[in-house]
Amino acid sequence: MMLRLAYGSLIARALTVAMTIIAIALSVALFLGVEKVRTGAKASFADTISGTDLIVGARSGSVQLLLYSVFRIGNATNNLTWESYQDIANRSEVDWIVPISLGDSHRQFRVMGTTSAFFERYKYRSGQSLTMKEGAAMSDLFDTVIGADVAATLGYEIGDPIVVAHGLASFSNHDDQPFRVSGILEKTGTPVDRTVIVSLQAIEAIHVDWQTGARIQGQTTPVDVIRKMDLTPTAITAALVGVKGRFQIFGLQRAINEYTEEPLLAILPGVALQELWQIVGIAETALIGVSGMVVVTALIGMMATIFSSLNERRREMAIYRAMGAKPRVIVSLLVLEAALMAAIGALLGLALLYIGLWLAQPLVDQAFGLWLPIEAPSMREFWVLIGVIIAGAIVSMVPAIRAYRMSVADGMMVRI
Amino acid sequence: MSKDTSILTLKDVRYRWSGRASFELSVPQFSVNRGETVLLLGESGSGKSTLLSLICGTIIAQNGIVDVGGTDIGALSARERDQFRAEQIGLIFQQFNLLPYATVLDNILLPLRFAKSRRQAVPSPNAMASQLCDELGLPSDVIHARAGTLSVGQQQRVAAARALIGNPPLIIADEPTSALDAATQLTFLKLLFDQSRQHDTTLLMVSHDARLADQFDRVVKMSDVAENKRETT
Repeated sequence: MMLRLAYGSLIARALTVAMTIIAIALSVALFLGVEKVRTGAKASFADTISGTDLIVGARSGSVQLLLYSVFRIGNATNNLTWESYQDIANRSEVDWIVPISLGDSHRQFRVMGTTSAFFERYKYRSGQSLTMKEGAAMSDLFDTVIGADVAATLGYEIGDPIVVAHGLASFSNHDDQPFRVSGILEKTGTPVDRTVIVSLQAIEAIHVDWQTGARIQGQTTPVDVIRKMDLTPTAITAALVGVKGRFQIFGLQRAINEYTEEPLLAILPGVALQELWQIVGIAETALIGVSGMVVVTALIGMMATIFSSLNERRREMAIYRAMGAKPRVIVSLLVLEAALMAAIGALLGLALLYIGLWLAQPLVDQAFGLWLPIEAPSMREFWVLIGVIIAGAIVSMVPAIRAYRMSVADGMMVRI
Repeated sequence: MSKDTSILTLKDVRYRWSGRASFELSVPQFSVNRGETVLLLGESGSGKSTLLSLICGTIIAQNGIVDVGGTDIGALSARERDQFRAEQIGLIFQQFNLLPYATVLDNILLPLRFAKSRRQAVPSPNAMASQLCDELGLPSDVIHARAGTLSVGQQQRVAAARALIGNPPLIIADEPTSALDAATQLTFLKLLFDQSRQHDTTLLMVSHDARLADQFDRVVKMSDVAENKRETT
């Protein structure tokens, strides 16, 4: 009955109560949303690459190497010569090695030259392999396999021609050597979705008539001549390496880092991911802090609402007192009311979160390559909701204590 | 007036409001017998509200004894007084008696929530509430309506039903008719008398309206039982 009366009282003040609840709901949705993005980002981040023991590139920072080789963010400052690559590949510890050559683009997507081994060796989400949605891996020199996002964004289908642009944001196209889409990959939620994959030789082929970043004037080598040329690259951007035994990882890493012919860097992807996450983590903490404060603000807003409602509700409290309700009942009624508001707000916030997720999931995925899973609330989220309800009840103690004093002073004789 | 026939006795009571405008009320002797209907007549400012608060135990006299049904409520703790009020006294105010957002039924049943013995006296509360509404001349469909949607006259009847439910020995009505027009006043009083007799309840009504006097067993003037002093500092 008391619950029903508290509910009725809330309904009677529907407008202010609704505003308060909406404020709580939005803040809870924001908080949970930030949590969701954070955990989603962390998971999707850690899932980007697995099964690779070392990433090798020219000497720079480990985070930088990870960023350009795996996330295709930023650029390599230097290349890795083909000779060094061969040296590493021939070492006894190396089980497999996949070269990566970056630098060109197609529309907003990066072009990556590699070998067919990439499709076997690149793993994501704890050992999942890339799978073809349509078509097959490159069989011709000018074949390309495109990621799911590339296909979706640009509307490409098997057999469509693609012209690769030189550099990343450039007006000069490799338009005399168009590629043909031979395969489209399944969506992975990794940067591979946003990559145009060609063979290592193709990267060389399209640069035959180029020198130091510019087209050699008047020179166009016909395609059939190119096909007969030796297209072994002179340099690549990075290489993914797998070792034969786990214990050889560190030995190989040291060997590469101490390689005398060229300054090289070998990194453990997991460690570099951790390092990178620590950098991102500061923003993450700040984000949690801010969204936490939004929740606190909403709860204080609720406290203010309850405070301002006290005066108009003196009559109501006097009626309870006249009926023999102890002042304690009045306090618990207000606390119950606040908890009810917080609970409705929290649940509404949860609903908002799921609606938001449902709406934003494809957009976020497309824009950031971040896959936010829609799943049942985690224990953590559950505790956040419980916490909001408890905090709401605690916060309402302040106006409730005032109401207690008022009702003791007023008794049951309020003249309004 | 022996103890078993009086439901309410005030003896040598003195109460002093402290504050900027201090006000002192003293009641040397006032009592109401069981089953009586008493009208306490007084102008506004005569200390009626203070007297009622004393009887209901929301304030405590500095001196004297306030005895309700054989219990000195001055000797009770605040919690016990609240409990005691819930059990012993049905209250009807001048206006705004009801929780406007709650249904008529919930309003009538509200005192039972706080008074155990009154709840035990009513085996089937919903049926009892309907019966009271019926006896007080309220339409039967009104019971599930929100109290705020009722007319003032109907609201006062609901307040009467709420005061009567569970048969508290004493009903105190504080100007219950002043918000009603003359015709409705008489009907309301008649219903209230009928019901309090039927439920064997004592009725103490406070009013400034002397025209109602002939309806009651006894009329007491506020100025005869109490004296008050005002001093503004």
